[in-house]
Amino acid sequence: MKNDELYIQRAIRITSTDVFINGTPFAINKEENSTWLTCIYRTLGVQYPKFFKMDNLCKAGFLATELIFKGTDIRPEEEKRDWSILLFNKSSSLDNDQLYQETINDPNNYFPSPSVFVYTLSNIVTGEMAIRNKIMGETCSYITEKFDADVLLENASIGLSQEKGIHHLLIGWVEYLNDHCDVLLFLVDRKSDGALTSWNKTNIEKYFFIPLQPHDEL
Amino acid sequence: MIYIISDNIISPLGYTTEENLSSMKEGKLKSQLHHHVFDLPEPYFGAFLDWSEIETRFQKIDTQKKIRYTKFEKLAILSAYDAIQLADIDAKQSDVLFVLSSTKGNIHLLENADGYDRNRINMGVSAELIGQFFQNPNPVMVVSNACTSGVATQIYAKEMMQLKGYKYAVVIGADILSKFVISGFQSFKALSTERCKPFDANRKGLNIGEAAATMVLEQNDMLPSGKCAILGTGNRNDANHISGPSRTGEGLFNAITAAMSQAKARPHKLAFISAHGTATPYNDDMESWAISRSFLSDIYTNSLKGYFGHTLGAAGILECIVSCHELKTKHLFPTIGHETKGVVKEMTVNTSYREIDGDTFLKIISGFGGSNAAIMYGLI
Repeated sequence: MKNDELYIQRAIRITSTDVFINGTPFAINKEENSTWLTCIYRTLGVQYPKFFKMDNLCKAGFLATELIFKGTDIRPEEEKRDWSILLFNKSSSLDNDQLYQETINDPNNYFPSPSVFVYTLSNIVTGEMAIRNKIMGETCSYITEKFDADVLLENASIGLSQEKGIHHLLIGWVEYLNDHCDVLLFLVDRKSDGALTSWNKTNIEKYFFIPLQPHDEL
Repeated sequence: MIYIISDNIISPLGYTTEENLSSMKEGKLKSQLHHHVFDLPEPYFGAFLDWSEIETRFQKIDTQKKIRYTKFEKLAILSAYDAIQLADIDAKQSDVLFVLSSTKGNIHLLENADGYDRNRINMGVSAELIGQFFQNPNPVMVVSNACTSGVATQIYAKEMMQLKGYKYAVVIGADILSKFVISGFQSFKALSTERCKPFDANRKGLNIGEAAATMVLEQNDMLPSGKCAILGTGNRNDANHISGPSRTGEGLFNAITAAMSQAKARPHKLAFISAHGTATPYNDDMESWAISRSFLSDIYTNSLKGYFGHTLGAAGILECIVSCHELKTKHLFPTIGHETKGVVKEMTVNTSYREIDGDTFLKIISGFGGSNAAIMYGLI
């Protein structure tokens, strides 16, 4: 394997309580009566009304991508034909599947909605990320029981293999279930100039297992 | 080179690939209009698997009887079991990779857990149980990429085999029908209440079906003759809309271009295209755009949805298996249900069981999330 040739340009971690950009805590303005993901959205000052239509998994993936591009010169509206998105998680779209199930449980109160059903697929988050950022390379979602740095390592080397003509890869673990947010998203490519660090197992795990921060009560 | 050495299809048309192909040739179709399926208010047109027969067949192969498997897992295991037997490989070896394609796995347990542990809804748990049934030592990845899952799984298997040197891959696709899935497609007004009519002027939506399909892939530099090998693959996103395809087939066109340029290394003659052909207005028009933009309008194209319905996570695998058979026998199945051509761009819809010439085919497939995939197989 030639993983030594790949580099991490950006690393975003979002847990249920914290956000880290390249391993450094990023302060979120907490508002009462707003969800954690909405607080992150407002803190970023993004104008993208479609955000509020998304399910939580898509919101989490969307925000991670916004954070990846924050402070860079990469603009969402530029076409990105040589960019791919490969995402892994455990619970697929179960967070939203539960909501959809509630709409069909009771025959006397049966109200299935296409706008909820569409989010009952694990890969819709890759679609939302692709639409926002005009990413037109490969997109795929994979389900596995637990986070495994080796899986990311192997799939990045496939995703960025020379024959594909893909030069930039968003790859990571995007999991959301029952208010539990667990996101790690990397921007990986072959450019050593200005890179954060090398793409290897130790570094992948370093950004996943960031020590939890102390928190004041709201 | 990576090629198919054995395969299986379990559908309402049969329990082996051979049985399915015979039913197709004889024109035996099982789908019909059902009322009150899963207590749903709207009728459903399609066919169900014979679950009591599947139970009987499963009990014969489950000699250990240690684990209580779900319907979905039994179906996937039965399909893989037949393909592994035909391949005559030892699935316990570490050079055998298992991969599972599914969109929703055990999602029906959300409504009624039926005594299963809560985590059984996780497709990763089902995948591990399927690998363990065959005493395979490797982790089993689930590829879940909406309707393109079946082709995306073949691409994943091929690339992992190349990266890590696996000798074999058991590529399984399965999805079962549930209130969850049918009600959702109905809420989209995407289901037809009659046999679906791919690429037809009067098409009114899709039929969804349930099935499992498995192919066993082998990697070898020494090429045995008469096998179907993967020549090129492509996966591209539309970046357009989460529930509708790009009108002009942008992502699918890009996926076809990627697959064909990868396959260019070998001279070939394209015999046919196996389209997604779901018979929804948007999908079929979009495919006609992608086909015409690829200058493939004169290539015979069929959709198998009239035979099997849209079998979700199984579709990409099932349809590649049938296509490989078509390529080997040089005969193409018709697009059942198609009467009057009605798509926006030129394409050649195949409407009869016809002899074909050529040594490769292209399978194309698209789905929610803007996903599109293409895979080219060739006879070696």
